[in-house]
Amino acid sequence: MLAVAGLRVRLRTPAGHVTVVDGVDYAVEPGEVFGIAGESGSGKTISMLALLGLLPEGARVEGSARFGRHELIGMPSRQLRRISGRELAIVFQDPFTSLHPMLTIGRQLTEHVRLHLGLDRGKARKRAIELLEDVRIPDPAAALRRYPHQFSGGMRQRLAIAIALACRPRLLIADEPTTALDVTVQAGILRLLDRLRREHELSVVLITHDLGVMSAIADRVSIFYAGRVVESGRRHEILRDPRHPYTRALLDALPHPESTKGRELVAIAGMPPTPGRIPVGCAFNPRCGFVQDICRETVPPLSPVGERRLACHVDPFAG
Amino acid sequence: MSGLELRDVVVDYHGRDGVPVRAVAGASLSVLPGRVVGLVGESGCGKSTLARAAVGLVPVAAGTVTFNGAPVVALTRRARAAGLVRLQLVFQNPYSSLNPRRTVGSQVGDGIARLARRDRDARVRELLTIVGLPITAASRFPHEFSGGQRQRIAIARALAADPAVIVLDEPLASLDASAQAQLANLLGDLAREFELGLLLISHDLAIVRHVADDVCVMYLGRIVETGATQSLWARPAHPYSEALIAAIPSADGGGELPASLPGEVPDPARPPGGCRFHPRCPYAFARCTTDDPALVALRGGRNAACFLQTEGEETQSPAARSGNS
Repeated sequence: MLAVAGLRVRLRTPAGHVTVVDGVDYAVEPGEVFGIAGESGSGKTISMLALLGLLPEGARVEGSARFGRHELIGMPSRQLRRISGRELAIVFQDPFTSLHPMLTIGRQLTEHVRLHLGLDRGKARKRAIELLEDVRIPDPAAALRRYPHQFSGGMRQRLAIAIALACRPRLLIADEPTTALDVTVQAGILRLLDRLRREHELSVVLITHDLGVMSAIADRVSIFYAGRVVESGRRHEILRDPRHPYTRALLDALPHPESTKGRELVAIAGMPPTPGRIPVGCAFNPRCGFVQDICRETVPPLSPVGERRLACHVDPFAG
Repeated sequence: MSGLELRDVVVDYHGRDGVPVRAVAGASLSVLPGRVVGLVGESGCGKSTLARAAVGLVPVAAGTVTFNGAPVVALTRRARAAGLVRLQLVFQNPYSSLNPRRTVGSQVGDGIARLARRDRDARVRELLTIVGLPITAASRFPHEFSGGQRQRIAIARALAADPAVIVLDEPLASLDASAQAQLANLLGDLAREFELGLLLISHDLAIVRHVADDVCVMYLGRIVETGATQSLWARPAHPYSEALIAAIPSADGGGELPASLPGEVPDPARPPGGCRFHPRCPYAFARCTTDDPALVALRGGRNAACFLQTEGEETQSPAARSGNS
């Protein structure tokens, strides 16, 4: 479905080009939810924007991203736009970014399907109502006449998902789709995404900093740190038995459902490095409790370990 | 009495078409020294408005807010009563609450301007150390710090006033997991070490559960349940608290979808009749649509506003009570 290999992104800054994504590989299978987790600045969003040609001016992208029979990296922007409305869609954290504030929901939905699928007015309206029903917007016919600001945050995210799904894409990229929402509303959106991928055989790339969200719907996960993948594999293996010290630290920093008050959260010492100031060797080494000399010298490769892939010289939690 | 006390507080806003919107419709809570009280609820439930009323940033339409026994009055152009300085507020967004053009040291020192220069500098260094920042931070500017560090600066600034109670409005939102954990630990330490009362407003229940001694659950302008954190979590009395807790996804790798609560928080300008939660409540029965349940005291220091609970008795699980289980 989607195979990314050796993806490297450098962004232009006043101080010259800075590497933000540094050699990322992963593959997304048809019908699966692939979770990408990491803290802010880990490159998880930039690596997605690179595939869609949405990077700021002056950005340099290397590597390959095969989407079906297309190579997305280096594709002319006109062709990329055609694909990225139809076969590949994206929803952002803030649905206001993807919804036009001055146009009715009906206009936004019908225009989209008329443009990309060439439907006539009547058929486009029918399709729009179908889509709103699909994402469980109450009273779809009335909703078509309303504007984005007349909906709540959760409903706006459903609308953004409806527009993204309008042309029956094969891959949906969801960038922190529930981060701005309340837990109750978040639960509804997660259930929606899970149903859509089962009913429409949709592949989903879910970018999130919330390991709870990832645990709820991702089949496989990739943990990003400082522009690289440090650990990836099946959801239950990675979250139940994390092998990379960073993955483990991230999980330990979470308030555990069964923990009792008074037990301190195990915070990770220090802060994630800023792009341009990535430590030599393993980028996590200054914050790692298991650091050895080699960690300060060479970048650990992401290598297969059992069923998963792991980038750690020490592998302190082996066995 | 010492600490912060809100009693039957009502806050109205002017609605868009002249209809007043009752953002807080009679809420009571108290924050005692050394206690961390979590205030949770969905967006639009009025928790931020209640926080603002608690420190006098918005006027109350009815009810009382007192701090160490003295009334907290809405801010005007006049100077605040001296005693109220010990009641402080920390905002959600440290980017907008700090002045980008002034050094961290000078902003932290605002609350102690009466001190001589040298004493002030010493105290600023002490405050920075308390919140876990290097003393060199004093001569730097806010943009040189991360979100979590900026929130520490805002907390140091509040601590400068030697507060008895700090109200924190979503202090942990928009922070990464590791920064969130560090700050949550800091808040717990501050409450213990300085006998500080904290009112922690947050939509993140998992964090509140970890830090707060007591929790107040708010729904559509009302407090629907209060109690000691552990006991409330173990057996929520109100169906809304139960739904909030069930909606938190667990990072255990189990692949379980969290339970969703149907519907949304209704428009506070037109609250539903009867119990305000009844249109979304899985256990609602006839009485809930007509009568508005009052917050009643249950055993074990618990309080709930739900007809499934009986005053003076043990908390019952809503499902067991309604026979839906």
